[in-house]
Amino acid sequence: MKFRVAREVLADAVAWTARSLPPRPSVPVLAGILLEVDGNQLSVSGFDYEVSARAEVDVQATESGRALVPGRLLAEITRALPPHPVEITAEGPRLALVCGNARFSLPTLPVEDYPSLPSMPSSAGLVDSDVFAEAVGQVAVAAGRDDTLPMLTGVRLEIEDDLITLAATDRYRLAVREFAWRPETPGVSAAVLVPARTLAEAAKTLTSGPEIVLSLSSGSSGEGILGLSGKDRQTTTRLLDAEFVKYRAIMPNDSNSHASLPVGLFTDAAKRVALVAERGTPLRCEFTPGQVTLHAGGSDEEGQAEERCDVEFDGEPLTIGFNPTFLLDGLAAVHTERARIDFTSPLKPAVLSGVEEPAADDGKPAGPAERTGSYRYLIMPVRLPG
Amino acid sequence: MGPGQAEGCSVLHVDMDAFFASVEVRRHPELAGTPVIVGGAGNRGVVTSATYEARRYGVHAAMPTARALRLCPTATVLPGDLALYSEVSRSVMALFRSITPLVEPLSLDEAFLDVSGAGRRLGDAAEIGEYLRARVFDEQGITCSVGVAGSKFVAKLASTRAKPDGLLVVRPPEVMDFLHPLPVGALWGVGPKTEEQLLRLGLRTVGDLAHVPAKTLQRALGTAAGSHLHALSWGRDPRRVVPDEPEKSTGHEETFGTDVDDPAVIHRELLLLAERTAGRLRSGGWLARTVSIKVRFADFATITRSRTLDVPTDVGQELYETARALYDALGLDRARIRLVGVRAERLVDADSAPQQLELGAREHGRREAELAADRAARRFGAGAVRPATLLHRTGRPGNASPTSAVPRSRATRNQAGRPSVGPPEE
Repeated sequence: MKFRVAREVLADAVAWTARSLPPRPSVPVLAGILLEVDGNQLSVSGFDYEVSARAEVDVQATESGRALVPGRLLAEITRALPPHPVEITAEGPRLALVCGNARFSLPTLPVEDYPSLPSMPSSAGLVDSDVFAEAVGQVAVAAGRDDTLPMLTGVRLEIEDDLITLAATDRYRLAVREFAWRPETPGVSAAVLVPARTLAEAAKTLTSGPEIVLSLSSGSSGEGILGLSGKDRQTTTRLLDAEFVKYRAIMPNDSNSHASLPVGLFTDAAKRVALVAERGTPLRCEFTPGQVTLHAGGSDEEGQAEERCDVEFDGEPLTIGFNPTFLLDGLAAVHTERARIDFTSPLKPAVLSGVEEPAADDGKPAGPAERTGSYRYLIMPVRLPG
Repeated sequence: MGPGQAEGCSVLHVDMDAFFASVEVRRHPELAGTPVIVGGAGNRGVVTSATYEARRYGVHAAMPTARALRLCPTATVLPGDLALYSEVSRSVMALFRSITPLVEPLSLDEAFLDVSGAGRRLGDAAEIGEYLRARVFDEQGITCSVGVAGSKFVAKLASTRAKPDGLLVVRPPEVMDFLHPLPVGALWGVGPKTEEQLLRLGLRTVGDLAHVPAKTLQRALGTAAGSHLHALSWGRDPRRVVPDEPEKSTGHEETFGTDVDDPAVIHRELLLLAERTAGRLRSGGWLARTVSIKVRFADFATITRSRTLDVPTDVGQELYETARALYDALGLDRARIRLVGVRAERLVDADSAPQQLELGAREHGRREAELAADRAARRFGAGAVRPATLLHRTGRPGNASPTSAVPRSRATRNQAGRPSVGPPEE
């Protein structure tokens, strides 16, 4: 194996692949990154039996072949290289890397022990890469991080014809977002649970092309996997084999009051007040017509803070407590200037959603096809003492 | 007693005499004046308390019950009733708090009191001590001993000297005469290991110790321990009586009759311990922020693991799930296990604690089921309702036998003759 490649191109591909390497590999070869040259194509792959990642790069090759190299080391080296073309040559059990005046010789891992990457399932359809990245980011924030409750660490992905619904919950909040896509087969219907962390990472880094091919194999043919292919990059992840909560039943159908608030100002106020809230203590929000007063802290040993913020509020005055992190996560995810919170009671979930700005300037009505207004973030309140 | 008898004394150490055994004798008056042992009767049962009649035969706490019975074959062995002892303890502590708010319980059966602010109406510290002894006997029918001194450490030694059913005042000028003839083992912080070290240095009494330069002690025992013991040997103990901080943890553990290597058995035991612990949390009005487990292997190697919950809980099922996950994460391959324990830590007051609610939680969820089980237990006895997995067990959840229920005491060191039991919290 022998090839020449631009330093930036190589560094990007290796860094992207290295992200999915396991921090503590169960088998030493899984710490490796596989370099494979075929014709003028280099593929850079990593796999840990759960997640696979594969980046393709154009190179000037003089000899095909493959080599398995310690992944993190390769990522660190390629990131640090000077801005010159890189020449890589397999030399028996070692790999030579030359870039400008820098010269590395790396040990390789036994490539014959490396597991073959799962083949990409057949394509299910196309999603807009930016929409997908935004939607996944908005929903994955609500997923649980506790691996002892696997069903809560996933994002539910539901396909119903040309509509995809994503949902995630950690029992205390629930985020749901819908968006349109272009399925291969009209009328298709499917529902899977995808590890949230992996999905969020993939969606965020597959935005270099306009579209992502979504592929799915579930159920019958062994373990289900989800494949995501962007421009020159593809990744697969094993699906979680767990039931997801019946989240639609949790969504409140009506509300008794609602507030419309400026996201930036309200977020800043909430962040300031939350500085005194110790872990596990709530942010107390008193909504009255025209304003909300935020409080935190209060016992003798801790600090206290209070701040008023102008909001539109419609309904009976209401005092409700929130875990500040949960509230701030939701506010950061709505991606609109103004947000709306619907309340039923201080002990029932509050629903945060983005408010579309009336498109006054261009006079164009907000197209329903965009469905950007479909984001819902439910927060279960904290019962306030006393 | 005349005025000025307790001059310079404001700390009381009150210690129930043979507490568990005395409560049992009160309940079974026919046993009065006979040797009574409270303790586990099983293979690995140990004595948790014994009447003075039994102690005369050499029986003491922490001794295997089998051995105690060889020493004193006529003794009556009773299994113990922690719920009853807790109730008596609560009443006694309430009495103390009616005298002074500065009450620091060390365990179910002993407490420090600072009476410097108690006013003159009850007299000086010695008179308050006698008054307490009389009230405890009148109200509970059991005796206690009281040490009166200027510091916690001397007060505690004085109550030990006064036992049983006595009161001893050690005024500041008398401290040296009282302290120096005592064996070094009497000092707070001197366990068997340190005692052995001191004896090797030829230091038998507190007086011997007092006359060794602090520097020498520090070299032999380490800086902290050395200066600590030097200060104590001259009667200096700056610790104040710290009233009743909220309890920091509660839990249960179980020593198996024989070592267990079956994960299913361990899981079942964790469930039982979690249910008991949750019951204590609920009756005390606490929520636990952290759950920890303790595992002791056949070779006595002991490990603990803990996890902080997203949301504090008093639900047995949630304690169990966390405890089980902690246990499973150890990845043990049929290791032989001697003991497992479950503890609820970093407790917060359930009423004043904000509580993160859960989405879609059923209105009558697991917590309500467990509360109903609590009510059934109050009416029909502990264990009236319990998880089906635990049905085959003969043990009664919520009413631990003395060998198994050994919650960690806040006392830094437990005197022999005293079971290690947490302060009242129900």
